[in-house]
Amino acid sequence: MRSFQCLMLALGVSLAASAAERYPPVLPGKVITFPQDTGAHPDYRTEWWYITGWLQDTDGMERGFQVTFFRVRTLLGEDNPSRFAPTQLMFAHAALADLDRGRLLHDERVERALAPLAGAEEGRTRAWIGDWSLVLHEAGHYTTTVNAGDFGFDLRFDPSGEPVLNGKAGWSQKAPDPINASYYYSRPQLAVSGTLDIDAHSHAVSGQAWLDHEWSSEILPEDASGWDWIGVNLHDGGSLMAFQMRDRSGATMFNAGTLVEPGKGVQTFSPDEVRFQPLRWWASPRSGIRYPVAWAVEAGTRHFEIEPLMDDQELDSRASTGAIYWEGAIRLLEDGRQVGQGYLEMTGYGERLRM
Amino acid sequence: MIRALLRVFVASLLGRRLAGVLSLTAVTLGVALGLAVQIIHGAALDEFGRGMRLLAGEADLQVVGPRAGFDDNLYLKIAQQPEVRQASPVLEIEARLPGREEKLRIYGVDLFRVARVLPMLMPVAEDGAGRLLGLEPGRLFLSAAARESLELANGDLLTVQSGLRETELLISGSVPGAPAGQAFAVMDIASAQQVFDRIGVLTRVDLRLAEGVRRDDVLEQFAARLPPGVTVRPPDAGVAESSGLSRAYRVNLTMLAGIALLTGAFLVFSTQYLSVVRRGRELAFLRAMGMERALVMRGLLLEGAALGLLGGLLGVAAAHGLAALAFALVGGDLGAGYFAHVTPSVRFMPGASLVYLALGVTAGVAGAWLPARHATAQVPAQGLRAGNDSELLAANARWRAALTCIVLALLACLPGPLGGIPVFGYLAVAFILAAAVFGLPGAVGLLASPLALSSAVLARLARARLTAAPGQVVVAGAGVVASVALAVSMAIMVGSFRDSVDDWLSKVLPSDLYVRASSSVASGYLDPEAVDRIAATEGVARVVPVRYDSLRLNDAALPVTLIARPTDGGDALPVVSRGPVMDDTRPRVWITEAMADLHRLGIGDHLALPIAGRDAYFVVAGVTRDYARQHGAVIVELNDYRRLSGDHLINDLGVNLAPGANRDTVALLIRETLGDRVVEISLPAQIRAISLEIFDRTFLVTYLMQAVAVLIGLFGISTTFAALATSRSREFGMLRHLGLRRRDIGRLLALEGSLTAVVGVVIGTFAGGAIALVLVEVINRQSFHWSMDLAPPVGAIVGFALTLVVLAALAARVSGAKAMRGSAVAAVREDW
Repeated sequence: MRSFQCLMLALGVSLAASAAERYPPVLPGKVITFPQDTGAHPDYRTEWWYITGWLQDTDGMERGFQVTFFRVRTLLGEDNPSRFAPTQLMFAHAALADLDRGRLLHDERVERALAPLAGAEEGRTRAWIGDWSLVLHEAGHYTTTVNAGDFGFDLRFDPSGEPVLNGKAGWSQKAPDPINASYYYSRPQLAVSGTLDIDAHSHAVSGQAWLDHEWSSEILPEDASGWDWIGVNLHDGGSLMAFQMRDRSGATMFNAGTLVEPGKGVQTFSPDEVRFQPLRWWASPRSGIRYPVAWAVEAGTRHFEIEPLMDDQELDSRASTGAIYWEGAIRLLEDGRQVGQGYLEMTGYGERLRM
Repeated sequence: MIRALLRVFVASLLGRRLAGVLSLTAVTLGVALGLAVQIIHGAALDEFGRGMRLLAGEADLQVVGPRAGFDDNLYLKIAQQPEVRQASPVLEIEARLPGREEKLRIYGVDLFRVARVLPMLMPVAEDGAGRLLGLEPGRLFLSAAARESLELANGDLLTVQSGLRETELLISGSVPGAPAGQAFAVMDIASAQQVFDRIGVLTRVDLRLAEGVRRDDVLEQFAARLPPGVTVRPPDAGVAESSGLSRAYRVNLTMLAGIALLTGAFLVFSTQYLSVVRRGRELAFLRAMGMERALVMRGLLLEGAALGLLGGLLGVAAAHGLAALAFALVGGDLGAGYFAHVTPSVRFMPGASLVYLALGVTAGVAGAWLPARHATAQVPAQGLRAGNDSELLAANARWRAALTCIVLALLACLPGPLGGIPVFGYLAVAFILAAAVFGLPGAVGLLASPLALSSAVLARLARARLTAAPGQVVVAGAGVVASVALAVSMAIMVGSFRDSVDDWLSKVLPSDLYVRASSSVASGYLDPEAVDRIAATEGVARVVPVRYDSLRLNDAALPVTLIARPTDGGDALPVVSRGPVMDDTRPRVWITEAMADLHRLGIGDHLALPIAGRDAYFVVAGVTRDYARQHGAVIVELNDYRRLSGDHLINDLGVNLAPGANRDTVALLIRETLGDRVVEISLPAQIRAISLEIFDRTFLVTYLMQAVAVLIGLFGISTTFAALATSRSREFGMLRHLGLRRRDIGRLLALEGSLTAVVGVVIGTFAGGAIALVLVEVINRQSFHWSMDLAPPVGAIVGFALTLVVLAALAARVSGAKAMRGSAVAAVREDW
């Protein structure tokens, strides 16, 4: 899902309506194969690899982190033999939720895909912009390197299980009209190890992370205003993904989810099986935007509550990419007891995204 | 004490207002001209450099190559170097705009990278449009200055030309970071490569270095890793290049101003000398009263210094006014074309102003020094006697000093330039002037002797006066000599230069018509197909295609022009010298004189030229003349170039007509074939006329400075005679008693004046001829590296000399009028 779609819209890569026909449609029935489909799908309009997670340093300090690589096919310059032809763009975004600061540190990179400087390879995950990278190694683990302005990390992710296909075997519907769909799988329960650099200190860190890989050809439906999404690693070894798409009145227009329970397998939810209910609102002192930072989430028969690591995890990149949203580390509670840690993303709470 | 000196000496300046005003004017003019040249060029260079620096922005280093650019694969390698934090690729295009006069500089940039290296080139889309609008093909973003000069708004279309093809670009926003006054446009690099048919080519890569990496450390490393013809340099090196280009021109103008100032010093000398003569008794009285010799000396020098200071102050003020005037009328390069598109403004230059003020004072003191020494050398008792000027005006022939100066001048012609400036050449000019002045007293005797044969009373009187007091001629004539020498030398030099340029133009323009899509630096060109079509046009006998590029031979030197054309074994070139290189199998290259000088090359030498990223080896087959490219050019056979580069495009096409073909008809046919808007067709006569017009504009300033110098010289005669006539009133009274009429006295003065002028003019002409030789053979050769054939405009010089003599006679006559006004009796009695 991700803020990327709103980001693309804000960037105003102007795509004529007829242009959509030039992208392959996202239809159910496609078989997602690994590791082939962990690589890029450059024919599709947008694609992202998105890692979120919790890190714990040797002092026990907990931080949230996020790194995303986006690819977009622009349909621009496809007839241009120049190596600079902006047919594919790469975006990368990294953020760190640090309690000491009380707010997010974040940085981003944008480049046109131009090997060897930036790109996304087909066949196996490898997305990079300069010295920022996310790579799936043949041994089965991922690594990422990010050198942002005031922080950096060098992390390794070891999966503990198979990829989880969301929706119908990886075909994930996003809105009432099935044309708004993506191919979408998740890699929950990634064991993290590596180093985190912050404030000129290098910390050895470990933790749990979550990877989403999603590609699609459609932008948001016209009447959507934003969405809320969670991806949580459950302490029992399971995982929960859930989202809702909101219309302009703020009402839910579509939702879905995937729950993995150890021993019970994968459970995918239809729209009426998932419910998001705001519990507490927080107003950003910078933008004035109000976000529901605590939620009650129903997924099938289970009832959860969401509490943020800290309230202020607003991400304001209006100056560069034009997007402003909330994306941060959260704790998942069930019956008042913490059952998981993960990430929450909320978009569309500020002004209506420019279409 | 100072006050006493001021009262006694400096105050005396007030007593001779006319002479004072004239020498003041001379100093003022000298200072004003010299400083104005500095200010104008300083401001133009500043502005030009500012523009370049601003456009180079924060970049630490720039990778640059030939004008045609280099393989963009290189950018990928550079961008990955660990020492490089960010690399920003640039394709710079000078776009020809069909249907418009001006060209538009377009920077093709990577929108995602430029902001981190060169934020001022960051385009911003029009209101409401997305930030990545600029990635769309054909979107163009204009700086405020370009928007204004092209009168375009968002949504307008602008037609640009590439080769012979027209493409419409959509004005989609602005470049808010563009420095004020910089007219340019920005577009996406991919689109730029496509629109201008430069796929795979960059002209520049701007670099920001990683933290802790020192610029000088990586400079050499990088340079070693780059392919031939591509170099890395600090961004301000471009400023130095442009400054080097105009330096020679600037130095030459400064020298002319220096001579004007020297003439001013001579004038101070004249007036001071005469004033000392006239005040002989007063000075002797001061000495007799007990004033020490040194004090008198100091007082007299103070007078000169005061004149110089006042003249200097006025000159500094005038210089800024002149500079403002020049900017308004001819632009920052004084019409020489070095700084197109630059609109500088006058700024006060404290350093240069102080230097020129000091020069003014020096001129005043130097002018006063000799008279002061003469005055103080006199025994007071002698001076107290009736004013006898002849003693002071007696000047010995100084042949030995003159000869010494001539020898020194000859010696000074031998060494090469210092730092690209022909310092010794200018020294030679100074020695020649000194020799001329030293030769003056002796020349008076020689030139006046024919008058002795005349039986006319006035002629004999004049001769007697001049031979008895040759100092008078020295005093009156020194300024004339200097200014005539300056004028004559410049006339000969400019005349020869113009003649040679004219001759050269007719040699390099042998065809009947010239076809091009744009100037070679701009985006138009002819492709082989277009050339074939022109060659197949009815009435065309032969076409002569020419391709230009600009190459960097090494990191230090300025880029060199590459001209690829059919050479016909050198016969088609304006060859100065050629040699047998038959046994050398390498392809041949002809080099221009500047190339030979700057790169120390001679016939038979081998030369590596970086063509298409590889060194190609040539043998120098001859040296040709070229007045267009001061930094040097190499000419290679077109077929050799095409084989080495794979580049088959053409910039200029000479068209030779078949016998009987009509030029206009053929021109019309070509226009119809290629499209009227995208080609420029010129006749050789037009090109020649335009070139000579540019030439004349370049030298317009020097003509003006000559006129000023001559005017100053005439002042010299006028002041001298005015002063002498006053001091000689007794003599004139006596002559009146003896029966001469007032009119006769006037004629006597006119005769003396013209004789003085003749002496000054003759010596000045000789000196001018010698200086012209130095200018042509030493100074121009060393600063511009081109030779020329001497072609003195004899008629003009003779006419000028005669005019000057007549004017001098008039000046002497008019200045003396005052002395003749008094009654004869009173004049004679004054003495008793």
